Amino acid sequence: MAHEIEPISDPGIPAHVHRKADEDPIAAKRAERQVAILFSLSTLGTLLFIFSYVAIPDDVFIFLPIMGNTNAHQLFLGLGLAFSLFFIGIGAIHWAKTLMPDNEVTVQRHEFRSSEEDRKEFVKTAKEGAAAAGLGRRSLIKKSLGLSLGLIGLSPLILLRDLGPLPEDSLTKTSWKAGTRLVTDPGDRPIKPEDLEVGAVAQVLPELAPGKDHHKLSDIAKDAVLLIRLRPEEFNLDAERLSWTHEGIIAFSKICSHMGCAVALYEQQTKHLLCPCHQSTFDVTRAAKVLFGPAARPLPQLALALDSEGYLIAKAPFNEPVGPSFWERSS
Amino acid sequence: MALLAIGTTFSVASATPNKSALALARSAVIEEGKQLFLKGCSSCHGLNAEGGAVAPSLIGVGAASVDFQVATGRMPMADMSTQAMRKEPVYTPEQVAALAAYVASLAPGPEIPGDELLNYERDGSLAEGGELFRNNCAMCHNFAGQGGALTQGKYAPTVMGVKPVHIYEAMITGPQSMPVFSDKTLTPEEKLSIIKWIKAAEVEPALGGASLGRVGPVTEGLLVWTLGIGMLIGVAVWLAMKAR
Repeated sequence: MAHEIEPISDPGIPAHVHRKADEDPIAAKRAERQVAILFSLSTLGTLLFIFSYVAIPDDVFIFLPIMGNTNAHQLFLGLGLAFSLFFIGIGAIHWAKTLMPDNEVTVQRHEFRSSEEDRKEFVKTAKEGAAAAGLGRRSLIKKSLGLSLGLIGLSPLILLRDLGPLPEDSLTKTSWKAGTRLVTDPGDRPIKPEDLEVGAVAQVLPELAPGKDHHKLSDIAKDAVLLIRLRPEEFNLDAERLSWTHEGIIAFSKICSHMGCAVALYEQQTKHLLCPCHQSTFDVTRAAKVLFGPAARPLPQLALALDSEGYLIAKAPFNEPVGPSFWERSS
Repeated sequence: MALLAIGTTFSVASATPNKSALALARSAVIEEGKQLFLKGCSSCHGLNAEGGAVAPSLIGVGAASVDFQVATGRMPMADMSTQAMRKEPVYTPEQVAALAAYVASLAPGPEIPGDELLNYERDGSLAEGGELFRNNCAMCHNFAGQGGALTQGKYAPTVMGVKPVHIYEAMITGPQSMPVFSDKTLTPEEKLSIIKWIKAAEVEPALGGASLGRVGPVTEGLLVWTLGIGMLIGVAVWLAMKAR
């Protein structure tokens, strides 16, 4: 005789297990007291909060193990609020778990479709309403309503304009131009080569255009340059890049080619420049060649020269976009 | 004319013994420094401070460099590890001064800034100091001056609890991995502003108690992920437990 596959029979709902508080009035009373105590603790927390705000001066420090010296005002404000909220929650849950009804209830799902009569009735009412409003006769109202509703539908499209404007050349151009003086940041003082000892660094910005009195943050984010002085013989550069330096002074964009952090950890002994965000390491002696880390390109180098008064200037703008990659970037 | 001549002669005459006495005292200090150097430093830095395979030349590093390295206990090094660290100084202040005078006598270099130059309370600006610190120091020494990691085991030490004179000397001499901050690109007043900010950061109270090293999201995140989420898990387990 072949075996027939027997379907697993519906086991039904397991037998309901009663809680202590359901059967024993003493246990129920005890649970009630516990809930009341929890709510009272919450009340005490709120009182502590109010007391700390009113009565504890904000310059008193107390010593706590592990925490160390802690501001008493802040500590008790926080503890008070934490207690008041925590114990309301704990109390409510304890109440629900021990005292509120916990018997399982089964509700069968019903059909979602309305009955045939209800559906017919609805269509009839809608038609009657439309006839009473006279939409068919009053075409002026119909058309103007159509226009106004249609325009409302268009308005979200207008907001799409906020996705722009296009960055145009702001991703590829910085404020550095041929002849722009390098100035200290902060301080805006022009720099002469003899101002920097060997081993020195300086964060510099392009000098302000006439009539401007401060650098915009959005400009600093692109223009920041790190000026480093080495012994000229320490460089290992090709002829072109060497001509961009001046007496051992070399300038790199401070904006990391990986994610745009400020690359400024300069190790004077190893001549390595580090990005603090993801530890990309650049070799200053080899035109910021990437030695380690996620950066894919060297930092852009700024060509340096001297102006007639002996101050350091940019010989040319950056020859590539500074900072991280973007879709339209050519390299 | 005659009066002027008399006056000049007199002042020269009265100054001369003073000066020569000073010069004598000075050369005695240099001699003492040389003896200390020969005993304690020359095995690495060379008999004439010319440097060697394991240590740089000290000619031209100046008194400021010696004062920074020796008075903070970095030199002499305890061992030839990655980096000289701050520890109890080996030499007394007088011996440090003698060593500094000897090294300074070899070739000119940055001098130890005097007390008059270091009046940061009077000459520094706290707000400017904060801006300068964030621009020039924070990337290595951490935004709260707690120090941070460099490469291959090297690190930027904390700047908390460092004497103002040593902070100043570090900026003008560029010890170990640290670059030099020239007086023209970071003026003496700006250096004092940075010192004033560091000194203010030292006494900044931790309102929340444990500051977790003031190193930012690493320790704070660790605490939240272990303690905070642990507590949440505990509550969730209790929530789902059936009441008896």
